Amino acid sequence: MTEQSRFRRVTRFVSPADRGFAALVYGGSILFALLIVGLFVELVLGSWPSIAAFGPSFLWKSAWDPITSKFGALPMIYGTVVTSFIGIVLAAFVGIMAALFLADFAPRWISAPLSFLIELLAAVPSVVYGLWGLFVLAPFVRTAIGPALQKILGWLPLFSGPIYGVGLLTAGIILALMIVPTVTAISRDVIAAIPRDLREASMAVGGTRWETATRVVLPAARIGIFGACVLALGRALGETIAVTMVIGNRPEISASLFAPSYTLASVIANEFTEATTSIYISALIELGLILFLVSIVVNALARLMIWSVRGST
Amino acid sequence: MKGSFVRFLSLPAIACWLAIPAAAATQLTGAGSSFDYPFFSKAFYLYNQKNPDVTVNYQSIGSGGGIQQFTAKNVDFGATDVPMNAEELARAGQPVLQIPVTLGGAAVAYNVPGVTATIKLTRQVIADIYLGTILKWNDPQIARLNHGVSLPDLSIVVVHRSDGSGTSYIFTDFLSHVSPEWKSKVGVGKSVSWPAPSAVGAKGNEGVAGQVRSTPGAIGYVELAYVIENHMPAAVIQNRAGKWVACSQDTVAAAAATKPEVSATDFSIVDATGADSYPVSGYSWIVVYKKPADAARGKLLYDVLSWLVGPQGQSSAKSVDYVALPENVQAKAAATLKQMQR
Amino acid sequence: MSLQSRRLPYRRAYASLGTALALFCAILAAGALLAILGYVVVQGVGAINWDFLTQLPHPVGIPGGGVGNGILGTLIILAIATAMAVPIGLLTGIYLALFGRGTVPEALRFLSDVLSGVPSIAIGLFAYAVLVAPLKHFSGFSASFAFMMLMLPLLVRTSEQAIRSVPQAVREGALALGMSNFRATVRIVLPTARPAIITALLLAIARVTGETAPLLFTAFGSQYWETNPNNPMAVLALQVFNYAISPYPNWQSQAWAGALLLVLAVFVLSLGARLMLRRAMRGLEA
Repeated sequence: MTEQSRFRRVTRFVSPADRGFAALVYGGSILFALLIVGLFVELVLGSWPSIAAFGPSFLWKSAWDPITSKFGALPMIYGTVVTSFIGIVLAAFVGIMAALFLADFAPRWISAPLSFLIELLAAVPSVVYGLWGLFVLAPFVRTAIGPALQKILGWLPLFSGPIYGVGLLTAGIILALMIVPTVTAISRDVIAAIPRDLREASMAVGGTRWETATRVVLPAARIGIFGACVLALGRALGETIAVTMVIGNRPEISASLFAPSYTLASVIANEFTEATTSIYISALIELGLILFLVSIVVNALARLMIWSVRGST
Repeated sequence: MKGSFVRFLSLPAIACWLAIPAAAATQLTGAGSSFDYPFFSKAFYLYNQKNPDVTVNYQSIGSGGGIQQFTAKNVDFGATDVPMNAEELARAGQPVLQIPVTLGGAAVAYNVPGVTATIKLTRQVIADIYLGTILKWNDPQIARLNHGVSLPDLSIVVVHRSDGSGTSYIFTDFLSHVSPEWKSKVGVGKSVSWPAPSAVGAKGNEGVAGQVRSTPGAIGYVELAYVIENHMPAAVIQNRAGKWVACSQDTVAAAAATKPEVSATDFSIVDATGADSYPVSGYSWIVVYKKPADAARGKLLYDVLSWLVGPQGQSSAKSVDYVALPENVQAKAAATLKQMQR
Repeated sequence: MSLQSRRLPYRRAYASLGTALALFCAILAAGALLAILGYVVVQGVGAINWDFLTQLPHPVGIPGGGVGNGILGTLIILAIATAMAVPIGLLTGIYLALFGRGTVPEALRFLSDVLSGVPSIAIGLFAYAVLVAPLKHFSGFSASFAFMMLMLPLLVRTSEQAIRSVPQAVREGALALGMSNFRATVRIVLPTARPAIITALLLAIARVTGETAPLLFTAFGSQYWETNPNNPMAVLALQVFNYAISPYPNWQSQAWAGALLLVLAVFVLSLGARLMLRRAMRGLEA
């Protein structure tokens, strides 16, 4: 008997309080859905003048000229995707490993304070990340990480070109730092919730702790971990202030990771408060709408991946 | 679970109760230019000390934001680096008064390792650097202006503001005046499309200053206050009269003095004539309704603003690295303000 | 490659390497925090004193001054945001946990994930359109609304997960005693899921305390004391942002001090909540 059918059968109202509670639950969920739908509607309403003026070519044009009112979002989409990708790849690797360590390998007296420390990273304001990135990380990339990468991998177009310090790579690293707490904290909880029996069974047939962790526990926890990564990726896509301080803010597509670039959220943060013509404001809101749609596409892809991997809960 | 949440929430609730209650004073609100923010915070603080029954809450959300909120009548006055144009005035619906309130200048800061002398640049050279036609510091056009200074073979990294800003407006206005190529190719605005191949955008004056400070070979324009407070090396520019001037409160004031009849429709003072004028200077403006909705608030607003553009309000400018309005402009501003119906 | 086909020494070596890698990553993550925190402390600890915590901001050139109103404003706005986000998030999480499959729950989960990807500035604009523009004034309440929307995805997803990971035995016990589904959830399952939900709440609060973008068009900011959430209010994150991008060293060190305060506040909150939890868990186990 599946969970769900069991629940369906026993959903009976024993008392009026239950009926009230049921109403609350439904009401809360409906309100939640309405809020998000309302957000989408507002974004569409706000960007309508721009949609009407530029049409779908907005998505693949590359100009961003407020003076002549020529707007195109392609470089920003590129920058958003690349920086978020770098961010989530770095954060997922470091975060999941760290979560594994904290949940399974570390003794309690290490794991509790260390987890706490990592969660505190989430409390640091974006502007602090931005300033630290500008004053500490960017020079470090320009003088150390960049040249090293260029020496080893300079033949790849990814690592060619002048190194300014600010650019796609630095922004990706800052994003990784910002989303690592989310990945680590949630993954740690998920891994810790895997029942002990599974681990003991693996060790009983002779697996080492590491093999148990990678071949048994992680696969069992992969749905929850994946969810943590999706949440973290969401934050990376929408991060504004920290990214805008280290990305160089140039609306151009370039193959090199060292090149300055621009993200959808950064443009909005940079220019919205100064935009005065209605078409300009509308183009900026349309960028927000595109970000909303990017979020939809990423999440839809993630769901497809989950379905193909397991088929049912 | 619900119990502990209630307990969790009660702490801030108690904090609210125990906190100092909101003053009985009238609070006027203003919003707009971030350039004006430090000056206003000083001036309004001093005003409140003399007039405890009036507080002015000014927040820097950007000139465009200020105009938006002013038009929506969410704030009593707006502050903007560029006066409202015809479209914006039409959207406001009611007659609007625009008065100049302070002056500022954009210094051209640079980071050239190994060079201790102050670098000299002409207006045309600056335009060429930002157009991307001059690419290295040891370019002959720069070298011949700086005899005896050994400029390195270093690429110029052109830094500009990524956020829409009045400082960018003044700077691009200056570039348009001195370079017809800039005027046709790029234009004037708070946000433009920067043509230089090495252009990097940084957020805020602090961002540009920080970027220039940490990138060898960088050049960027920052407000005077940042150069003063951070002791950044800034270029000496040859103005229209042929004299080499540095950006300072005196040179900016000199530029303003060449145009006493400044108004909201004719407000540019870049590339001014005059021996001591600094070429990259500009005004900042306050916008207020001729007939405020609430008469009592309107009267208080009039008192605050006329104090602000008068000698007492303007005297607080220098201490925060701002430039006071020339006296003739102060008088003109006061006269415009008198049109307020109160 | 089955476990048995590899020779034990190789497996042992592989395992040690793996453990070392995991340890390295944990240290990397914590080390990054220490680097950033260290930088903030070095820049800002000098400016923290009693004045800083209790006074109103002073303009440049006038010594002293502090962020007292920002601290108060942050607390008020957070309290209201939590009071709105927790019921909605929890109720939605309960709904999703109870009615796991089906198109409606899947759609809700999808919407929640999408919301987590919307930039905070867009949410701020939404709050502006809904609560500021129609009412024609800025307010702390609109900031709370924006914060609530930022907190919801984390709360929804985690409360659903926490409820579902409560062991079957516990649920079945409650149902066997004759409780209805909903009552069993509230009285038995939720308390068991409490630790994970509190973690999520703390993460959500931590994330939101540092946000500046949504505040620009909602709370607006203020240089004065304000306890009425219907008016513009000062918020610490906003003050930190304004000070950080100013040219004056005095203000800049106040910005770093304010950032340090924000981290400390979350630190204290987390610690307090964990202690509370430990006491509650002891009660449950007894």
